[in-house]
Amino acid sequence: MSTAIELRGVEKSFGITSVIRNVNLTVAQGERHALIGPNGAGKSTLFNLISGYMLPTTGSVLLRDEVVSGLAPYQINRRGLSRSFQVTNVFANMSVWENLRCAVLWATGHRYAFWKNVDRLPEVRERTARILEDINLTARRDVPAGLLTYAEQRALEIGITIAGGADVILLDEPTAGMSHAETERAVALIRRLTEGRTLLIVEHDMSVVFGLADKISVLVYGQIIASGVPEEIRGNPKVKEAYLGEEAA
Amino acid sequence: MTDTTSSVAPPYPTAAEKLKFYGLWVGAAVVLLLLPKLFSSGGSLTTFSLIGISIIFSLSYNILLGQTGMLSFGHAVYYGLGGFLVIHAINIIGANKLPIPLPLVPLIGGLTGLLFAVLLGWVSTQRSGTAFAMISLGVAELVASSALILRTFFGGEAGISANRTKVFRLFDWSFGPQIQIYYLVAAWTLIAVIAMYALTRTPLGRMCNAVRDNPERVQFVGYDPHVVRYLAFCFSGFFAGIAGALAAINFEIANSAYLGAVQSGTVLFATYIGGVGFFIGPIVGAIFVTILSLGLSDLTQVWQLYFGLIFIAVVLFAPGGITGLLMMHRPLLKAGTFGRVLPSYLIAFVPTLAMLIGLILATEIIVYYAVHSGDASHIKAFGVPFDAANRYVWAMAAILLVGGYWVARKTWTFVGHAWDDATSVAREKGIAA
Repeated sequence: MSTAIELRGVEKSFGITSVIRNVNLTVAQGERHALIGPNGAGKSTLFNLISGYMLPTTGSVLLRDEVVSGLAPYQINRRGLSRSFQVTNVFANMSVWENLRCAVLWATGHRYAFWKNVDRLPEVRERTARILEDINLTARRDVPAGLLTYAEQRALEIGITIAGGADVILLDEPTAGMSHAETERAVALIRRLTEGRTLLIVEHDMSVVFGLADKISVLVYGQIIASGVPEEIRGNPKVKEAYLGEEAA
Repeated sequence: MTDTTSSVAPPYPTAAEKLKFYGLWVGAAVVLLLLPKLFSSGGSLTTFSLIGISIIFSLSYNILLGQTGMLSFGHAVYYGLGGFLVIHAINIIGANKLPIPLPLVPLIGGLTGLLFAVLLGWVSTQRSGTAFAMISLGVAELVASSALILRTFFGGEAGISANRTKVFRLFDWSFGPQIQIYYLVAAWTLIAVIAMYALTRTPLGRMCNAVRDNPERVQFVGYDPHVVRYLAFCFSGFFAGIAGALAAINFEIANSAYLGAVQSGTVLFATYIGGVGFFIGPIVGAIFVTILSLGLSDLTQVWQLYFGLIFIAVVLFAPGGITGLLMMHRPLLKAGTFGRVLPSYLIAFVPTLAMLIGLILATEIIVYYAVHSGDASHIKAFGVPFDAANRYVWAMAAILLVGGYWVARKTWTFVGHAWDDATSVAREKGIAA
């Protein structure tokens, strides 16, 4: 199987504080890969490095065997990688429909067009409508994103992330702060929407991780201490000590 | 198109909605056409021309502020350079008998504004927020001071002038009388307003709003926020150049004031007072500020001071501007609960007006003692003569100001309650505020 994301000796330090230390990680095409680890382990930083939001101090990030570290986030996005944010990051004053449409425009090739009526682009309408229905916000189409409930905003966050049709998706704690029922719905949604795509997900809820992931990597103090299929991770003593043990206790 | 799309996507406008939409534009054109028939004096034609110019300029400014979230302190640069180039162009066309009629000349101003926006914008639009505001201020100072130094091009303090009637004539239009200038400005205003409205409905226009709301997220849906800001800046410069060109044609002169900080401030002022959140806001602001500045200067010597007070009041109490205030009432009108707030407005109006009269009276008395204390104390402000040295007038000012405020504050609470009541009923009816 070909690789979707590869990290080679990636390090990131802020001043003298080293946050990510020599991380090597491979995510295969079509794989659902979960990244777990205690708070402050550097999971979000790793996402920022992969998506181009931050530049690695050393090492390189590859997207489908091409080096992307050093490229701007929008360049990486155009190469087919899309990410969500841990803290909801939407266009608050624009309606749900407009939010999703903004996420569709580049991918449908309309770019910076100033000679086309945005309401009269059939393929944009079609794709936006499909995503809107996928994330179950049809009834909230014209509501400004800032006025949605928390769970709805999280769903919109996922919608924006997948709307562009990227085949490598990074989700940063998509179910954080959700109730049990909301989490279940969100997981079903993620499973459905990432069908046939590559997913790298940061998640704290272990039932979500073990239910969704094909492979799991454990990040502790900026280092990957274990990587493997769920059964291996569950049985790994280092992981138990560093992470799962805490949860159980 | 699939069934999903037609059921989920916002419906295409119905025939009735389309009729209403295009009817609005046709109506605007008819109003512009008939306005000189109703107000035919030379003074009102000049006022209308100035309003039209101000509308184009304010809307061009709102492409930056309201649409893309960029606060510029130097938008007059593109307005002024458009104006100067047009004066030179008119002189060149006249001297060489070039076959370019005056109605096309504003395009030269627009292209000038565009050219300088293209040249100066790339660096300043790298960042939004404070960095952009500071750079815009720096560029404005640079250009404004060059206008005084480069005398051959900008004509120094006196500026440069041109004779618009010397230009190649189409259909025997001399563009000497103000009525012809009015129609020229009106036509360009309509074209520019339609073009700028259309721009908001394009993919670029929508991404401008996205950049305004959240430039970070824009990068993760494939767009470079810098390019979006830069393109918005170029469009804004183009339309500002057209406005400047029309001003130059109207006055037949361009001087350094066109490029100056006051001009940049006035457009910010008009746009903000009108309301940056709605397309129509800057139009309302341009009309309001132009009429007010022409009217107030006849009524009182310290009209700029009142201008400042109005601006502060809008920023503090109505950040959505005049249009924002009006639009707030839309859900109430839809729900039919506007009648619940109207009486409270009328009740609050009386003491608030008393307070404002007290404020104006006190201001004028202070201005008399601070500026004109040697002159006769019988002064006239807002058409009302009074004796600034009379202690009874002082007492009246104090009573109106303090007493008015004291009573008005209570009525404002009353307005607040009525407002909450009316909006909650509207919300129960399912109409979002």
